[in-house]
Amino acid sequence: MKQTIDNFAKDLGKEVYESVHLASKLKTEKRVDILWNDFEDPDLLRRTAGLVKQHTLEHLDQYLEQAEASFKRNGAEVHWAIDGDEANQHVVDIMKRHGARKMVKSKSMVSEETHLVPYLEKNDMEAVETDLGEYIVQIDHDHPSHIVTPIIHKNRKQIGKSFEREGLGEYTEDPKSLTGMARRHLRQKYLEADVGLTGANFVLADTGQVVLVTNEGNARFSMAAPRVHIVMVGIEKLIPSRSDLPLYLSLLARSATGQALTVYTQLIGGPKAPNQPDGPEAMHVIFLDNGRSQILESNCSEILRCIRCGACLNVCPVYRQASGHAYRSVYPGPVGAVLSPLLKGDQFPELADLPKASSLCGACNEVCPVNIPIPDLLLRLRNKGKKEHAPRAKIATPDFKMWSWAASNPGAWKTGMSFGHAMNVVPHALMNLAPPGKAWLGSRDLPKFQGGAFRKWARQQQKQKGKIK
Amino acid sequence: MIQPTATGRQVQLMITCLCDAFYADVAKAVYAVLDHAGCSIDVPEGQTCCGQPAFNAGDWDSARKVMRHTQKVFKGDRPIVLGSGSCAAMLRHGSELAFEDQKDQEAFEKLGKRTWELTEFLVHGLGMETWGGKFPARIALHKSCHTRNTRVYESAVKLLSSIEGLELVKVDELEQCCGFGGTFCVSFPHVSTEMGNLKVQHLTENNPDVVATLDMACMMHFGGLMDRKGMSFRRMHVAQILAEALNITPA
Repeated sequence: MKQTIDNFAKDLGKEVYESVHLASKLKTEKRVDILWNDFEDPDLLRRTAGLVKQHTLEHLDQYLEQAEASFKRNGAEVHWAIDGDEANQHVVDIMKRHGARKMVKSKSMVSEETHLVPYLEKNDMEAVETDLGEYIVQIDHDHPSHIVTPIIHKNRKQIGKSFEREGLGEYTEDPKSLTGMARRHLRQKYLEADVGLTGANFVLADTGQVVLVTNEGNARFSMAAPRVHIVMVGIEKLIPSRSDLPLYLSLLARSATGQALTVYTQLIGGPKAPNQPDGPEAMHVIFLDNGRSQILESNCSEILRCIRCGACLNVCPVYRQASGHAYRSVYPGPVGAVLSPLLKGDQFPELADLPKASSLCGACNEVCPVNIPIPDLLLRLRNKGKKEHAPRAKIATPDFKMWSWAASNPGAWKTGMSFGHAMNVVPHALMNLAPPGKAWLGSRDLPKFQGGAFRKWARQQQKQKGKIK
Repeated sequence: MIQPTATGRQVQLMITCLCDAFYADVAKAVYAVLDHAGCSIDVPEGQTCCGQPAFNAGDWDSARKVMRHTQKVFKGDRPIVLGSGSCAAMLRHGSELAFEDQKDQEAFEKLGKRTWELTEFLVHGLGMETWGGKFPARIALHKSCHTRNTRVYESAVKLLSSIEGLELVKVDELEQCCGFGGTFCVSFPHVSTEMGNLKVQHLTENNPDVVATLDMACMMHFGGLMDRKGMSFRRMHVAQILAEALNITPA
């Protein structure tokens, strides 16, 4: 059995590889430039943001109650969903209640997680993605491959062809013309929609507001044009107070896209007030658990600090080689390798290979705006996979029983070292019989074996110095 | 990450399993450098490995078995010095994870506080500000991933910069991993190889005289790729450069 992520990377088309690799590298560089240019000690900010988030998670019950009360005070309705289906059904029920059939959708990873759009379609409702990237994903019947830049795996030629096929306009590769086509098409959709759905980048417990950051302004249109605004959000998106927000806004866009702030930053609390001429008549906030409570109780709770900036994807050498679709889940890259198997709950074994897709280089932790110790969490999940005998955790992994016996018996270890010399005369053909040997020798030579040579030399040194006889 | 606090010139040397098996010359250079720094060096006979291979693979029972052996072998309270940031990180951080719910956790906290990477020990353990000597060469120094969150890389740069004639050349994407990653290199051979190829490109594109490392695991990987490609750049561990600069390279 081979590692599916490694195979996926091996079969990846050159175009996709280049799109992903170049964009990730560029974003990583922009992130470093802006953070170290704008702040004296960005690491201190990251660590502080991590502590505040961890505090919030450790008191999540309190903050969720506070948030619910605040939203209600602002005139919004609050709904709770234990899993994706329940969240989707809330959406359907809300739409039915308001006599709605058409939805415009702003980008939301949580709605990807619950498979909202197919659920709505089954209920004879229509949803249009309004984030440009997500819109392209939708018309191509594709999946996002990155949590911030969903079509990082596509280039403008492919998009030109898709727009031509959908009748948006004549084929062009010019980004400005392509954006113009999408804009004209989507404007009409906002006006026709009954309901707008957004996610939330943050939820402020004290003021009962959702915070949305976008570059395209589509979230504004989505929530403001239709009669009803629905927010679907994971319970981990809370921060205690509006006074905590500047810290996170300082880090989010800089980490994600290398911008000081995104073009639009909105704080929305409740539907339109009686004295406001425009805006949605009703606002509904759906808090989704979908396995998060279980993660909170596990030894990997830190992963729930994630603010979905994508910096760990961009910097990850494995993600750069494999691309997001290799991870077989909504959340790819280092954060996905931890979060996705955990969100599977009892079906953890299905994705037990994901935590293995890392050299544990630690770059993900170094860039994380909330200082999640991703490599530690990957290690804990590897151990979980081993302890639970998950078949996918075993793929192409040598057994360490014999090794641990030898490495705790000095006599056996030394004997192994002297027999190891045989490796220098064993032909490659024979070494190729063992899977790890074969995998190594496919592209790399082995150094010459010198087992025990240093120990012999060191003994002589010690003798000369009269330390031993 | 536990920070080491044990100091003094009575040290224990951890050979590391890779130097025990493949890189005797590197271990000799580490020994010679410590000797030159005035250390009295003990090489515990029963030592084997830090336990990292099994730990990274998720087999923590096997890893703990080996780590308990290591903890027993390295008795006392002297500094333990090793020519590898990776093995040092295993004893200083990996052990924190592997033993977080174990009864003997405290013993490993103590072990971590005694563990130093060589250059970090010279600079922060012994207070050396310069190394000196002469080594007229342009060096491309690989920044091993396991030096993150430590003072290892800056210590190595500090010592190397004090050597006459030595010039550190720019290495693009210094923070990117070489693709070794323990069992990762054999369980994800394609991704690992491509990561290594990029590393080889960045390490060699400015045509250095020497490609240098602080960790033989990384060098086994990108060196193995270089050998397969027939690239003849001289490769050295930092300890070998320090030794050669002072003409104390053991025969």
